[in-house]
Amino acid sequence: MTIFWALLRRELGTFFLSWTGYVIIAAVTLLTGGSFIQLISALSTNPWPMPVTQMFFGTYFIWSIIILTAPMITMRLFSLEKASGTFETLMTTQVSDLQVVIAKFMAAVIMYMVIWLPLLLDLFIINQYSNQAHAMDYSIIGGMYLGIFLTGGLFLSFGCLASALTRSQMVAAMVSVAFSFGQFILAWWVKNQSFSADDGWQSQILSRLNLMDQMIDFARGVVDTRTVIFYLTTTFLFLFLTLRVVESRRWK
Amino acid sequence: MMIEVSNLTKRYAGRTAVDDISFTVERGEIVGLLGPNGAGKSTTMRVLSGFMPATSGTVRVAGLDVFHDSDAVRRHIGYMPENNPLYHEMRVREYLKYRARLKGLGWKQTRDRVSVVMEQCGLTDVSRRIIGQLSKGYKQRVGLADALVHEPDLIILDEPTIGLDPQQIRSVRALIKSLAGKHTVLISTHILPEVEMMCGRVLIMLDGKVLASDTPENLQRRMAGGSQIIAEIAAPEAALRAAWQTLTDVAHFDVSPMDGDFFRCAFTPQNGEDLRPVISSTAFANGWTLRELTRSRYSLEDIYVQVTRPVTETEETE
Repeated sequence: MTIFWALLRRELGTFFLSWTGYVIIAAVTLLTGGSFIQLISALSTNPWPMPVTQMFFGTYFIWSIIILTAPMITMRLFSLEKASGTFETLMTTQVSDLQVVIAKFMAAVIMYMVIWLPLLLDLFIINQYSNQAHAMDYSIIGGMYLGIFLTGGLFLSFGCLASALTRSQMVAAMVSVAFSFGQFILAWWVKNQSFSADDGWQSQILSRLNLMDQMIDFARGVVDTRTVIFYLTTTFLFLFLTLRVVESRRWK
Repeated sequence: MMIEVSNLTKRYAGRTAVDDISFTVERGEIVGLLGPNGAGKSTTMRVLSGFMPATSGTVRVAGLDVFHDSDAVRRHIGYMPENNPLYHEMRVREYLKYRARLKGLGWKQTRDRVSVVMEQCGLTDVSRRIIGQLSKGYKQRVGLADALVHEPDLIILDEPTIGLDPQQIRSVRALIKSLAGKHTVLISTHILPEVEMMCGRVLIMLDGKVLASDTPENLQRRMAGGSQIIAEIAAPEAALRAAWQTLTDVAHFDVSPMDGDFFRCAFTPQNGEDLRPVISSTAFANGWTLRELTRSRYSLEDIYVQVTRPVTETEETE
């Protein structure tokens, strides 16, 4: 366990003791700030049509954060170590492959969640200066952060896989950006298919792939167990594949 | 026995990097792995360190199989890979502490050992500096300190002095030499004087094979069969020839006149025998004037070139 904490601490250290972490946080704060301004101007004219959290996810800034931050966080995790050779020094200590994969993924998730903290401040400000406190309560914020956590987990685990496959950070980043974009194009396509409950299992599965609507559900405070299970299983799948890639040096 | 390599073969896709090599290293030895780039030195070391498995053959370190008892073996090995990879954004002490933790040292042990190796490697003054900002010599010492931090029995160093200036090379060499006896050290290099200076034994590798394995002195002696002994003696030519005829262990000799009364006698000894004592005593017994007596010694460099020549030449002509 001490080995795991040492690994996790170092991974977090590279985020928070270097510029990378703060640059990403600053960029994300700028983007949520953009959403915030958009929201304020909307709120000044219209009455509350929906929870504030859901409105946030009606702006494009938020989606670009989801698409872009995960690759930025995960691209260096494995590929940099492979390129610089530290992967060799790392793997010849007492660490296990599983410890390395989990520690890197966990550090990425923590970093990702920290990135979303400024949004909390935006919500707090809206809540403080509006007279309709019920427009946003804790369960809704909890649901939204659960949604952020689950989609993040999916994209970060894929990012880990992409990073483990290559020595180039650039390639890792491009592959995982392509993956997140693909997910959104798929979501958009599924959204326009209007599946019904009796369309058979294929469409049932496809309708799970509509990440955008699922995220908006979370932001309304609606937590669908099937969606949660979908995210968790795909995340585990990608982590498992990452582990196999890390182990693959033993098969060659 | 610290290292036992038997019939080790490592193939990458379509290329054999190490081809059926066997060697052993005793506890406390400093062994140099010498060979041109691409000879399979780094691959051998990677297999030894447990980073990747062999295609076939067995490798045992401290009696344990490196593949099946990988965890236990890694505890015995301090490995510094090629180009000494480090985390450049970390500070020296922080890095060594982190590495010590990864190698399974406890909290107190980590603190103690990090102080010890920093002292040993002369890093105490730079303990709070960022590794990326250190000179190459210091970085190399950080790599060495990392390899030493968990008190391994076997230290594997892949090209430890590459890219250093002469002063830095001297200090790193001295450091490695100081490890002799307490630790077993396996060093790879393509710099010959380094091996002569540091190593008790040399393994010459080429194209994935071990071509020679001996002490630097023995290698020189073995190759001395082709060397010559030159004596410059003032004496009648016939008397010289007669005297040399009676000598055993002489494969061939040649007497040629020089300035004044001196003759240049060139000997090719049999079995690498050193003929100098018998030549000088013959000269003294006959009352001849001996003004020079030398043996043209093969340096390790000659041996290395000789051992690795045929293949490299055919490669060049291809």
